[in-house]
Amino acid sequence: MTIVFTEVVQYLINGIAQGAVYALIALGYTMVYGILKLINFAHGEFYMAGAFFGIVAFSVLGLPPALGTIAVMVATGLLAVLVERLAYRPLRHSNRIAPLITAIGVSIVLLEAARLIAGAHPRPFPQLFENTVYELGTWMPALDGVILQKTQLVIFFTTLVLMALLWFIVNRTKWGRAMRALSVDFDASQLMGVPINRVIAFTFFLGAALAGAAGLLVGMYYNQAEPYMGQLAGLKAFTAAVLGGIGVIPGAVLGALFLGVAEALVVGYGESSYRDAIAFAILIAVLMTRPWGLLGKPERVKV
Amino acid sequence: MTGYLSLVFELAPLFLINVILAASLNVINGFCGLFSLGHAGFFAVGAYAAAGFTVLVAPEFTAQSPLIALTLACFIGMAASALAGLLVGIPCLRLTGDYLAVATVGFGEIIRIVLLNTEAVGASRGLPGIPDIVPLWFTALATILTLWSLNNLIRSSFGRSILAVREDEIAARSMRVNVRFYKTLAFVVGSMFAGLAGALFAHDRQFIAPNSFGFMVSVQALLMIVVGGLGSQAGAVIGAVIVTAIPELLRLHPALAEIRMLIFGLIMIMIMLWKPDGLIGVLRSLLRKPLKPERAHG
Repeated sequence: MTIVFTEVVQYLINGIAQGAVYALIALGYTMVYGILKLINFAHGEFYMAGAFFGIVAFSVLGLPPALGTIAVMVATGLLAVLVERLAYRPLRHSNRIAPLITAIGVSIVLLEAARLIAGAHPRPFPQLFENTVYELGTWMPALDGVILQKTQLVIFFTTLVLMALLWFIVNRTKWGRAMRALSVDFDASQLMGVPINRVIAFTFFLGAALAGAAGLLVGMYYNQAEPYMGQLAGLKAFTAAVLGGIGVIPGAVLGALFLGVAEALVVGYGESSYRDAIAFAILIAVLMTRPWGLLGKPERVKV
Repeated sequence: MTGYLSLVFELAPLFLINVILAASLNVINGFCGLFSLGHAGFFAVGAYAAAGFTVLVAPEFTAQSPLIALTLACFIGMAASALAGLLVGIPCLRLTGDYLAVATVGFGEIIRIVLLNTEAVGASRGLPGIPDIVPLWFTALATILTLWSLNNLIRSSFGRSILAVREDEIAARSMRVNVRFYKTLAFVVGSMFAGLAGALFAHDRQFIAPNSFGFMVSVQALLMIVVGGLGSQAGAVIGAVIVTAIPELLRLHPALAEIRMLIFGLIMIMIMLWKPDGLIGVLRSLLRKPLKPERAHG
């Protein structure tokens, strides 16, 4: 097996595009976990919902791309707020297993609802723009044969914008400060007058809006959406969040990019049929050796 | 009438197998408090090991003396699953709570993906032609033996220690209960009986494929013990019967059959919201406080 430079670059481009999508999903997991210590098993379904809302926004309603994206993000965010209100909030003070089981239930309900409404087969996603393919070799001879698709550029650009926006919200606004306060000390924040219910709802909204955007981008990238797309993507994004250190926002992005690139390299150089196993192998390896992740800090159990 | 009777006989093995599966998960999840979401993986290992024996290793022997072969296949399935449980359990059980849940999802999926890529057992095409050698009494006997031995286990000193680990790990450790050992024991025993369920499942269906052991199977097993009531042997049996019966009843009407998973999901949410102790919890509260009006919360 010879390793060709341009091939590696190509895999990196594909991997980073995939990783960017995982990152958008992983952020929702990590934000919710940071505050509630809940693995929102239904989070992958918000990503799936985003793709289907995208079909509705663009094919049915015919919205322009920017407006449609915002509409889809708001719709997925509101869906998550509804789920939180109905299924998670009543269980906030029960043991940790109950909300986990409810989350699995919510995941099944959303998945099945999508399947019943849209059918089990993939639905075509509308093409929003001409997918130009750029030959990087024309600009840089060393990169002869490497291609960059316009959809990939759109993914990079959208992800960067959304992350900058998230960074701003979390670090520079009152709501962001409330979110960070909750993740440091839930009870103390409540005593200090942080409106916890609204902040938690807001966190779910933000996380799901990002996942919805990810679903939209993937729908655009692969030109289709299907009800089952959220399951595996959700588990992988969760892996990414754990890898980076769950609860740590930059960690989710780092873990997701790592996972995306690792998958692209496995597909490129190894068995593509094992592509889906890679994420789980990484997940288990991280959990065994460094469960607090790359950027997290170990937590001590106190009696 | 005879139609219903034959339906009962047709479905009886499935009910019994699911009772074993639920009881086995109950050891891990209910008694030891380890949240496992990879039970389908051990179910698959048992099914593949047993079917591998009767179909690939010893087909002539199976044709000559099916009952002995079947018994051997069941033990092989149990041994293979117990070994898988040990291999997964030793590293995994250092984790707790939701981390453990996710790690077991990972292992369950890895087992499925490995089977999906193993040409010797038919890869994604599955393993057909498994001999039809399970009489109903055999499955029934296996179910009774499973429930009996799990009952005995949980009433033994081993069982007390397992329960202690669930109730309070740190308190148990300070009482010199070897937490790690008992967690692994519960995990291995649970996996072993999942393997038995798998062995019977393979020979009942006569065909297995990796995708019949997906994440949803783990979720369904979990649903059974949640519906019945976590940590109750009787609850596991009731839950298994109900969760198995629902899709079969819904199948009577095509429109309902379509939405059975949706109904499962809703049941899961509603039980957790309103009756987290499951049906056994409801029964117990009814038996303990007869005719007493429920006091308002507050």
